[in-house]
Amino acid sequence: MSTAEPKLDLREGYTEKYGFHDEDGFVFKSRRGLDREIVAQISDMKGEPAWMRDYRLKALEIFEKKPMPSWGPDLSAIDFQNIFYYVKPTSEEAKSWEDVPADMKRTFDKLGIPEAEQKFLSGVGAQYDSEVVYHKIQEKLEKQGVLFLSCDQGLKEHEALFKQYFGTVIPSTDNKFAALNSSVWSGGSFIYVPKGVHVDVPLQAYFRINTRDMGQFERTLIIVDEGAFVHYVEGCTAPTYSSDSLHSAVVEIIVKPGARCRYTTIQNWSNNVYNLVTKRAVAYRDATMEWVDGNLGSKITQKYPSVYMMEPGAHGEILSIAFAGKGQHQDAGGKVIHCAPNTSSKIISKSISKDGGRAGYRGLVKVQKGAVDSRSTVNCDALILDEISRSDTYPYMEIEEDRVSIGHEATVSKIGDEQIFYLQSRGINKEEAAAMIVSGFIEPIVKELPMEYAVEMNRLIQLQMEGSVG
Amino acid sequence: MSHTPELVVKDLHVGIDGKEILKGLSLEVKKGEIHALMGPNGSGKSTFANTLMGHPKYEVTSGDILFRGQSILELEADERARAGLFMAFQYPVAIPGVTVANFLRTALNARLAPADTNGAGAMPHKRGIAPKEFRALLKEKMALLKMDESFAGRYLNDGFSGGEKKRAEILQMAVLKPEIAVMDETDSGLDIDALRIVSDGVNALAGPSMGVLVITHYNRILNYIKPDRVHVMVDGRIQVSGGPELALKLESEGYDWVRDGQEAHKS
Repeated sequence: MSTAEPKLDLREGYTEKYGFHDEDGFVFKSRRGLDREIVAQISDMKGEPAWMRDYRLKALEIFEKKPMPSWGPDLSAIDFQNIFYYVKPTSEEAKSWEDVPADMKRTFDKLGIPEAEQKFLSGVGAQYDSEVVYHKIQEKLEKQGVLFLSCDQGLKEHEALFKQYFGTVIPSTDNKFAALNSSVWSGGSFIYVPKGVHVDVPLQAYFRINTRDMGQFERTLIIVDEGAFVHYVEGCTAPTYSSDSLHSAVVEIIVKPGARCRYTTIQNWSNNVYNLVTKRAVAYRDATMEWVDGNLGSKITQKYPSVYMMEPGAHGEILSIAFAGKGQHQDAGGKVIHCAPNTSSKIISKSISKDGGRAGYRGLVKVQKGAVDSRSTVNCDALILDEISRSDTYPYMEIEEDRVSIGHEATVSKIGDEQIFYLQSRGINKEEAAAMIVSGFIEPIVKELPMEYAVEMNRLIQLQMEGSVG
Repeated sequence: MSHTPELVVKDLHVGIDGKEILKGLSLEVKKGEIHALMGPNGSGKSTFANTLMGHPKYEVTSGDILFRGQSILELEADERARAGLFMAFQYPVAIPGVTVANFLRTALNARLAPADTNGAGAMPHKRGIAPKEFRALLKEKMALLKMDESFAGRYLNDGFSGGEKKRAEILQMAVLKPEIAVMDETDSGLDIDALRIVSDGVNALAGPSMGVLVITHYNRILNYIKPDRVHVMVDGRIQVSGGPELALKLESEGYDWVRDGQEAHKS
């Protein structure tokens, strides 16, 4: 049959669209490797208070003591001493794109960030290597008392508030990579939404790695006060390098009574990035926390956004998409921990694997003693596109109460020849037919995204699917 | 006015897994004509429909299929569709998460795409019919088939009743405007009301710019769609062809007389 030859490089379009890099233009770059001196240097350069400097140094000790996690994907190739832990791109954050250095501005232009800010965002932060180079929030929100700063600025300008919550949701002892982040963190977002304030339009942060052999360790702290609402969106890309980069973020979220927070990620790192991230939220009485987590890029991703439901009426939701192509391993999922009676949670996971990729769901539903009348449902669906790809499901349950309602459903399917033929018989070529079936598979999650991101997500899926069916 | 038939099937032999199913089938269908192809179970009707559309499971061992004068044996199903061939499926498959509207717009854009693009540009965000224009077209065609507007937002064939599936097939035919449409047992599983709606739809679409081949086991649908020609297929080839009266004979006498080789009726 006459079909175009399949292209071999799965993420071929990536290199042109996102995989480019700027000439090194940093103002400071630490030497390779990690030790007390490097950590102290980062803290000194940032002019931090002594407590933060000590916190970092303690975290370094914890990092060094903790063994590498052995229960998930193979991380043995990470060479911690070959990484640049701190690359400072500019001397200060800009509040206007005109003040961002030209090559960085060009990069963010190519990625469409300033345009998106104009069209459909309340505020934007743009991080380039270790530091946030641009940050801005709409004046209207600023007047309402909404804070949207880089995490460094948050510490500088609102130290008391920062200190009250920093490290309370994810202590540096939590896991090896949380400890690493706690010792070398830089950039990320600090958000505070005052009582009753609804931020109707999303805030967005964009993370860009530019330097080769770079480690990016942004830290995000979001506090949504009583009855408030915020939707935070993050996106990320990096140049395609032959050597590996490390991205290890920590995100802590506090959702106060009656508040709601939605955190959306469209992760599109290049295929040489290890993406090892700890994300956790605590939700209080009648509060709602929603994670919408899309993982399309990276070499290995380990990420399980979690929600601790601390008080009655709290609700946690995790919608996860993992797409693994050639050479990729997406170990995604989520955790919901019911700590109080009458709490509810929902996890929906959709994983897709192709060209030898491996995508899976790893999740935990935990109901603590006393959390009676809690309800949880988990749905994980896997779609495998060919014979050489793999899908894994690891659903863990720790249920310590009887009077609870727990549901779990899992399906694994392959794209059917009959589905492809049906779409082809309507004039849609094989490649687009497969892309359409995949788009349909993730539709229940994509429809939760704001329109612009839904379009972006479908476009990324298209890109992933290009040249995939022969 | 006479012209070369859009669809010419010449002495077609088709096998599946090495077993021959079609054994020398020949047929011609022109735009503006309605043909009925009737036959008992196992006579090869569905094999024929799927082979016309280019299902990869069926292997053409000899003979040819010409569409608008060109052999289409080497073309993929999507290329055949874009050229103007259409098949209404007996068992349409579900595509969860893809709405009827999104799917149809993609398909229509593929149909309208320039010939050298392999249907690329089919995805709506690339190019093609304007959303507003498309919505108007879809609304008009859905009204023709007495479909509720909410239908456009449902996932394709996902949880559809038998009647809804068949109506959705005809809706696709209406939007894509093929030159030749093959209807593979569209009447099966339909109650009388659904059959009437589907038939009315086909009758409204049939005309000088489209030829129709109705494949059926029973002549029930032929009470609503009046064929110009009736062909009777038994054991992998057409044994008898004739006018509409042939369908009536089949109704009263069954297929046995054809099987028994009564060639006398052949016209």
